Amino acid sequence: MAKVPVQFTLNGSEKAEFIESGTTLLNALRDKIGDTSPKGGCHQGTCGACSVIIDGELRLSCLTLAETCNGAAISTTSGLSEGGVLHPLQRAFLDTFATQCGFCTPGMIMAARVLLDHTPNPSREEVVEALSGNICRCTGYEPIIQAVLLAARSNSQNAA
Amino acid sequence: MAIRRGRGVAAINYPTGMNLGGDPTQALVHSTPTGNFMVTLSSVDLGQGMKQIMAQICAETIGVPTDRVVVDTADTDTGPHCMGTFASRGTHRAGNAVIQAAREARQVMLEVAAEELEVNASDLETDGQGNILVKGAPQRSISVFDVALSAHFKRGRSISGRGMFLIPRSYPEKETGAMKPSTCYAHACTVAEVEVDDETGEVTVLTVKNIFEIGRALNPKMVEQQLVGGSWMGISHALYETTEPYYPNRDHGGTDFNQYLMPGPGDLAETEIIVLERPSADGPYGAKGPGEMCANPQIPAVANAVFDAVGVRIDTLPITPERILRALKAQAPN
Repeated sequence: MAKVPVQFTLNGSEKAEFIESGTTLLNALRDKIGDTSPKGGCHQGTCGACSVIIDGELRLSCLTLAETCNGAAISTTSGLSEGGVLHPLQRAFLDTFATQCGFCTPGMIMAARVLLDHTPNPSREEVVEALSGNICRCTGYEPIIQAVLLAARSNSQNAA
Repeated sequence: MAIRRGRGVAAINYPTGMNLGGDPTQALVHSTPTGNFMVTLSSVDLGQGMKQIMAQICAETIGVPTDRVVVDTADTDTGPHCMGTFASRGTHRAGNAVIQAAREARQVMLEVAAEELEVNASDLETDGQGNILVKGAPQRSISVFDVALSAHFKRGRSISGRGMFLIPRSYPEKETGAMKPSTCYAHACTVAEVEVDDETGEVTVLTVKNIFEIGRALNPKMVEQQLVGGSWMGISHALYETTEPYYPNRDHGGTDFNQYLMPGPGDLAETEIIVLERPSADGPYGAKGPGEMCANPQIPAVANAVFDAVGVRIDTLPITPERILRALKAQAPN
């Protein structure tokens, strides 16, 4: 089958690849580009582990065809830290012990980031709603909810 | 038809590890030339924190800071043998093996230090900060770093140790059937409060109060993390999760994750965790296995709470609305 070109920015860097038509963004990111931070949990859009941000919106990369992302700006968890300094969300996940096996963590952090971009000081209910597309086996969710609330607090302290 | 409230309590004993023909774990410890310590294991860290705990245990035993220890669990083909991380056995079995290996390595370390300081090894102690001191004369000291350099480049010694922890196979006594299938037991008690809608059969867990007795909590924050997640998982097992809803009949059995019911962050009960520490006699620094135990007592507690609420005993998991409604119907006078 003929390959098709895709071009987009990933965490601020230009990426261009030839992919087989029908390749999911998840597979393109992981297998072609080498960004393994989005995880393939269910490959059906159920678990949220593959969540990435496309042009500011939370999207499931396992249900997104890579060729529909031409020209898009894509963010993943691997682009969050800057110069070895963790993003406030990453720091908060560590501080609240919100990760155990870690498989859901990148998707959780993407979902939380989109929430905080739109709602810098969310209520607990808003955090729960924002995370409700993501499944976690280990933590019982409470530490993750606390992590997002903590990150929101530390963001607002830094802004003040 | 009404929403009915109920409260249930359950207590459990939970074994640490199991014994299906001898239960061994081995560990190797060696120092690098610069006095860091490597723990080699085949025990796998699935995220439960084994690497952190083994680093703490090794560091505590040798007498160096935890950040001087690296734990390698890379390869079950080449590492020392372990039965695996299951049955809440990791901390207990591997921890005991690491203690034994680390003690042997510590002894060599002290012998090399004794040669450098020209004293008897039995007169030396560690300060936990990376130094070895003469007891009662701490001005006479040498760093672990310098001891490792000396061992490697001058004295030709390997600062290393072998650890083997084996729970031998236990056979049942012919007369009584008594045997020892596991080692120390962790304990837990849970009180659950539920609301049951006797029209729809739906159960809402309002509160879960847990108390866990887990030996010594070697890393209290990680223990708390495990217990919080485990308590939620217990509720999930009690009410939602199954691959075989009509076992042994395969009808309506899930075939993929889409059909596996697991609650999300919107379904959390108010949860309380209390930890009791009663160090075990045979555990590494008193630890037991809190791993799987913590997801168990919620299940009978919820079942008892459902009974308290609507008067039916559900003895098949998960406790679905369908099972509750069928039980209510069977109980109702015709």
